[in-house]
Amino acid sequence: MRLLKRTVPAFQEAQPPANRQRKKPFPKRQIITYAALIVVGLVLVLPMIWMISASLKPESEVLETPPNFFPSQLRLDNYANAWSRIAPYFWNSIKLAAINISFLLLFASLAAYAFARIEFRGKNVAFALLLATAMLPGIVYLIPQYIIFRDIGWIDTYYPLWVPRVLTPVFGTFLLRQAFKGIPKELEEAAVLDGCSLFSTYWRIMLPQVKPALAAVAVLTFMESWNDLFGPLIFLNSNELQTMPVALALFHGEYFTQTSLLMAAATLTVIPPLALFLLTQKYFIQGTVMSGMKG
Amino acid sequence: MSIAEIRSHSLQRRRTARNRNLAGWLFIAPVMFGVLAFQIGPVLVSLFVSMTDWSGFTAPKFIGLKNYTTMFTVDADFWHSLAITAVFTVFLVFFSISIGILLALLCNQKVVGVGLFRVAFFTPVVTNVVAIGFVWFWMFEPNSGLINASLAQVGITGPLWLARPVSALVAVIIVSVWQGVGYPMIIVLSGLQAIPASYHEAAMIDGASAWQRFWWITLPLLTPTIFFLIIWQVISSFQVFGLIYVMTSGGPANATNVLIFQIYQAAFSQGRLGYAAAMGWILFLIVGLFTAVQWGLEKRWVFYDE
Repeated sequence: MRLLKRTVPAFQEAQPPANRQRKKPFPKRQIITYAALIVVGLVLVLPMIWMISASLKPESEVLETPPNFFPSQLRLDNYANAWSRIAPYFWNSIKLAAINISFLLLFASLAAYAFARIEFRGKNVAFALLLATAMLPGIVYLIPQYIIFRDIGWIDTYYPLWVPRVLTPVFGTFLLRQAFKGIPKELEEAAVLDGCSLFSTYWRIMLPQVKPALAAVAVLTFMESWNDLFGPLIFLNSNELQTMPVALALFHGEYFTQTSLLMAAATLTVIPPLALFLLTQKYFIQGTVMSGMKG
Repeated sequence: MSIAEIRSHSLQRRRTARNRNLAGWLFIAPVMFGVLAFQIGPVLVSLFVSMTDWSGFTAPKFIGLKNYTTMFTVDADFWHSLAITAVFTVFLVFFSISIGILLALLCNQKVVGVGLFRVAFFTPVVTNVVAIGFVWFWMFEPNSGLINASLAQVGITGPLWLARPVSALVAVIIVSVWQGVGYPMIIVLSGLQAIPASYHEAAMIDGASAWQRFWWITLPLLTPTIFFLIIWQVISSFQVFGLIYVMTSGGPANATNVLIFQIYQAAFSQGRLGYAAAMGWILFLIVGLFTAVQWGLEKRWVFYDE
C-alpha cells in the first residue's frame, strides 16, 4: 500500500505546504472555489438524484411539468415492486461477480508473483505479451470466441462470462505485480531459509502482504463483471440466466412500463457498484490510477 | 575449491535455474493459456473469418479480401459509420480531457472537504450504463424530460434530442462525457500532485500570475499525462457500445451508428460473421495506427521533466 501511495500522490491527503510564506487564505477565493465545487458536483450527480427522486414518486407525479425533485409522498412500494421483478437477476449478477472475483484473484496473483519475484527465462516477453493484449479491442476477439463457445456447447451457460475473464487478468496482474515488488525481499529470504517451498512462500507469506492490492483488484473485477453488457447479451439466451443490467435492458418494456418503477429498478442496478465504490473509494481510485498509468 | 566441487556447484546452480524456469512458467501458466486461447488465438481466427462469407451455420466460404473491398467501395453504411465514429471520438476526446483537466484543477484546491467532491465527481464512472442510459433517455424526452422542461421554464424550446440525427449524436456525446470524465480527472489530479511545489513557488517569487503559472508550468508538466489520456480515450471511444445500445440503437437514421454498434449488429443480428470480423479488423487497425502515430509525434509535444 505504501508503494501505491507513493506512486499515486493524488490520494495522499492534501498537505498544507510547510513553511511557505503565504498570505492568509483569501476568503473570497475560497468562496468561489466552494461555489464552483458545488455547482459542478450538482451537475454531475443530478441524473442520479433525478433517478432516485422519480423512483420514489407516485407515477402520476413523474411526468409533471415543471419538473419537481420532491415527491409529495414517498412511494417505497415502487422498490418492493421493482425488486420482485428483478431480484432473480440480481442474484445471478452477484453469483457471477463472486466467481469472477475469486478465480481472477487466484490466477492474477499467481502470475503477478512470478512476474515480480521469480527469475525465469522468457519472463519479459511473456509480460510484454500480456500487457499488449490490453490494446486489443474486445470486438475483434468476441466474434471468434462466440463461434468457439458455440462449438463446445458453452452458449447459454455462465462459462463464457467468467472463464475468459479470469484467465486474462491484465490489469489485475499488473497491479498485483507492483504490490509484490514493494514487499521487502528479506521476508521471502527468511521463508526460503526456513525451507518454505516457492508455492507456500507465495501463498502463506506473500499473499497476506498485498491484501490492499487484492482488495483493489477485487473491486475493479466486481465493477467489470457487474457492468458487463456485451457478454450476457451475446452468450446467454435463456431469460432466467440473465444478469441484472442486461435483464433491465431486455425486459424493461415488459416489466417496467411505469417510469417510476423503471427508475426504481435502475436505482437498484446502480446501488451495488456505487455502494462498493463509496465504501472502498481509496482502493478503487488507487487501483484505477495504477492500472491506467501503466501506459 | 576442487574441480569436483566446482562442477557440483555449477550443476546445482543449473538445476536451480531450471527449477526456477519451470516454477515461473507454472505460476503464469493459467494466464498465458488464457491470453493465447481467448485473445491472441481468437484474434488470429478472426483474421481468417474476415476473409470468409459466413453466417456461422453453414461452412465458411473463403472469399479472400472481398469483405474489405465491399466495405470500402460499395457499403455506404460503413463509410457513414466511420464518419460518425470519427466525429464522436474527436468530440469525446476533446471534451472529456479538457473538462477532466478543469475538474482536476478544481479538485486540487486546498479547501476543507474537497475529498468529498472528488468522490462525487467520480461517481458517474461507476454507475451502470444500462440504468443510467435509461435515466438520460428519459431526461432527453422532448416534452416532459428534465432538460427540455427546464429549458421551457426559461422560455427556450429545446431540441428534439434523440429523435433527430444531429441532436441525438450531441446527446450521446454529452452522456459519454458525463459518464467518463471522472477518469481523466483522477489521472490529471495525480499528475498535478506530482508537480513539485517549488516550481510554483519560484514562479510566484518572479511575479507570475496564476494563468502564467498554469500555462508555463502546469500544462507542460502535464503533457505526459495528457499524452497517455489521449491514447486511452481514443481506444475507449471506439468501444462505446452500452449507451448507444440503450439510448438510440444507432438511430435515428443511423445518426449514432458508430462502428462498434455496426459490427455488433452485423455479427449478432444479421449473422454476417465474416463481414463483421472484417470491420472489427479495420477498427483494430485504425486504433493501432492512431496509437503508432501518437507515439511517433510524442517527442514534438510531450515534455518530460528530467
